[in-house]
Amino acid sequence: MAAPLLDVDQLRKRYGDTPVVDGLSFGIARGECLGIIGPNGAGKTTTLRMCLGLTAPDEGRITAMGLSMPGDAMAIKARFGVVSQFDSLDPDFSCAENLMVYGRYFGLPVAVVRERIPRLLEFAALTHKADVKPAELSGGMRRRLSLARALVNDPDLLLLDEPTTGLDPQARHLMWERLQVLLQQGKSILLTTHFMDEAERLCSRLLVMDHGRKIAEGAPRELIARHLEPDVVEAYGQGASALAHSDARAFAERVEVSGETVFFYTRGAGPLLQALSREPRLRTLHRPANLEDLFLKLTGRQIRQEG
Amino acid sequence: MRTGLCHPPDLSLRWWPVFLRNLLVWRKLAVPSLVGNIAEPLMWLVAFGYGMGALVGQVQVGDRAVPYILFLASGSVCMSAMNAASFEALYSAFSRMHVQKTWDGIMNAPVSLDSIVLAEMLWAAFKALFTVVAILLVMLALGISHSPKLLAALPLLAFAAVAFSCIALIFNALARGYDFFTYYFTLFVTPMMFLSGVFFPREQLPGVLRAASDWLPLTHAVELVRPLFMDQWPQRPLLHLLALAGYAVAAFGAALVLTRRRFR
Repeated sequence: MAAPLLDVDQLRKRYGDTPVVDGLSFGIARGECLGIIGPNGAGKTTTLRMCLGLTAPDEGRITAMGLSMPGDAMAIKARFGVVSQFDSLDPDFSCAENLMVYGRYFGLPVAVVRERIPRLLEFAALTHKADVKPAELSGGMRRRLSLARALVNDPDLLLLDEPTTGLDPQARHLMWERLQVLLQQGKSILLTTHFMDEAERLCSRLLVMDHGRKIAEGAPRELIARHLEPDVVEAYGQGASALAHSDARAFAERVEVSGETVFFYTRGAGPLLQALSREPRLRTLHRPANLEDLFLKLTGRQIRQEG
Repeated sequence: MRTGLCHPPDLSLRWWPVFLRNLLVWRKLAVPSLVGNIAEPLMWLVAFGYGMGALVGQVQVGDRAVPYILFLASGSVCMSAMNAASFEALYSAFSRMHVQKTWDGIMNAPVSLDSIVLAEMLWAAFKALFTVVAILLVMLALGISHSPKLLAALPLLAFAAVAFSCIALIFNALARGYDFFTYYFTLFVTPMMFLSGVFFPREQLPGVLRAASDWLPLTHAVELVRPLFMDQWPQRPLLHLLALAGYAVAAFGAALVLTRRRFR
C-alpha cells in the first residue's frame, strides 16, 4: 500500500491545563476526502494548524508525503492548499492580483502563475470579476476566491477549515459542486465542518472529534448504521414531552427529549406512527436517521460554553 | 522550521514576495501617501526653521555657527526617517498582521513567520527611505544645503530607518489594538524627538538628560547626518553606526521572539 498523503500519530496539544488535542491519530490516502466533524472547541482548527506547522504539538508525529513536521514544514506546505476559516484575501488587490501575489509566496515563476490565473478564476466562477477587489464580492465569491487561491500551487492535499460557514444555500451548493469536481480530478481533501449534510455529501470518511479525542471514525453511512437505529420519528406540538413516558415509548428502541420535541429512534416506525396518530394535536415527522442524529448522539445536545 | 520561541532566525529568500506585496499595494496609493508623509515634516521645517530661525539666528555646532534652518533640517530629516519607519511598522504592519489577517494567509504558503517579520522590517525602512529622499529633494530645492556629502546621508538614513523599524516591530508584536501605539509615540518617540538634538543643541539639556540622550538611537542618527549637511564628515562614525546596529540587531531579535509568541 502506498504511504498515506498525511499521517498523524498520537497528536497532543494542551493550552495551560486544558487538553485541546488529546492523542489524535488519523491518515489520509490519496484521492480521499476526510471530514473532521465536532462541536466548537473540539480541537479541529488546532489539529489543522498543527498539520500546517503553525502550532507546535506537545507530543505526537505528523508526516506528509515522506516528509515530517515541523522540520520540513516549508517543503510540506509547498504541496498543500489551505482555505482557513476566516478570509485572509488581500483587500487591496483584485481577484487576479490576489492569485498572482499568492503564487509568488510559493516561489512560482510569474509566467506559470499568469498562465494558471484564467483557469483558476474560471474554476471559481469569477472570470467576470477578475479585476474586482474582494470587498465588492459576495461571501460565496470570496470563499471561492480563497479556494482558487489555495489551488494556485496545484497542491496534492487541500486543507479546508469550515469552508462554507456563513454562506447562503446557493453559495454553499456551488462550493460543494466545486469541491466535488476537485475530488473527481483526484485531489485529496481534509475538511473540517459542522454541517452534517456537507460532511455526508463530500467525505468518503469521517472522523468525529470531541474534547480533542477521536470518538468515531468511518464512512458516513456505515457510521450511521453502526451507531443508530435506521428510522427516526420526531413528535412535537402540545403534549409531546409527555410522550416520552407514554405507551408509545415501547415502540422505539431509544427516545430523546429536546425541549418540546421528542425523538423516537426505531427499527420499524409503523406501529409507533399508528400509536402517535391517536394524538390529534401532535405533529410528527418520519425520516431516516442521518449524520446529525449521530453527531448529537455522540457529542450530546447541550450547548457548548466555547460556542 | 524550528519550534520554541528562542532560536536563530528562520529566514529564506521568501521574504521578497512579501516585500513585493507591500510595494505593489503602496504603488497604488503612493502619491497620496507621499504627500501625507512629507507634508508634516515640511510644515515643521518651514514654521520652525524660518519662523523660529529668524529669532534664533545662528546655532553653534561644534566649532561652527550655522543658520537655524540648516540645523533643524538636518535633525528633522532623521526624525522623518524615524516617524515614517515607525508608522509603517506599527499601524500598517498591525493592519496586515491583525486586522486583515494577511500574515495568516501568507503563513499557509511556504513562508516562515520570521521571513514575514524581516519583510515588514525592510519594507518599513524602504518606505522611510523613500520619504526621506522626497524631503531631501525639497530641502535641496529650498537651498537649505547643497553639500555633495548629502548623498552619503541616504544609506545612513536607511540604516537608521532599519533600526527604528526593528524597534517598532517589538511594539507591533505586543499590541492588542491601535490604541497601544499611542503609548509608543507619546512615551518613546516624542521625548526622543526633543532629547536627540533635532530642535536644539543637546548642550542645552540638563546633565542627566544629556547623559540619557547619549543612548538614544535618534541621537546617533542625528550625529551621523547633521555634519553631512554642513559638508563635513561625522566625528565618530563608527561609534554611531555600531550603536544603531546594536539597536537594530537586539530589537529585531526581540521582535522575532515576541512575534513568534503571539502566533504560537
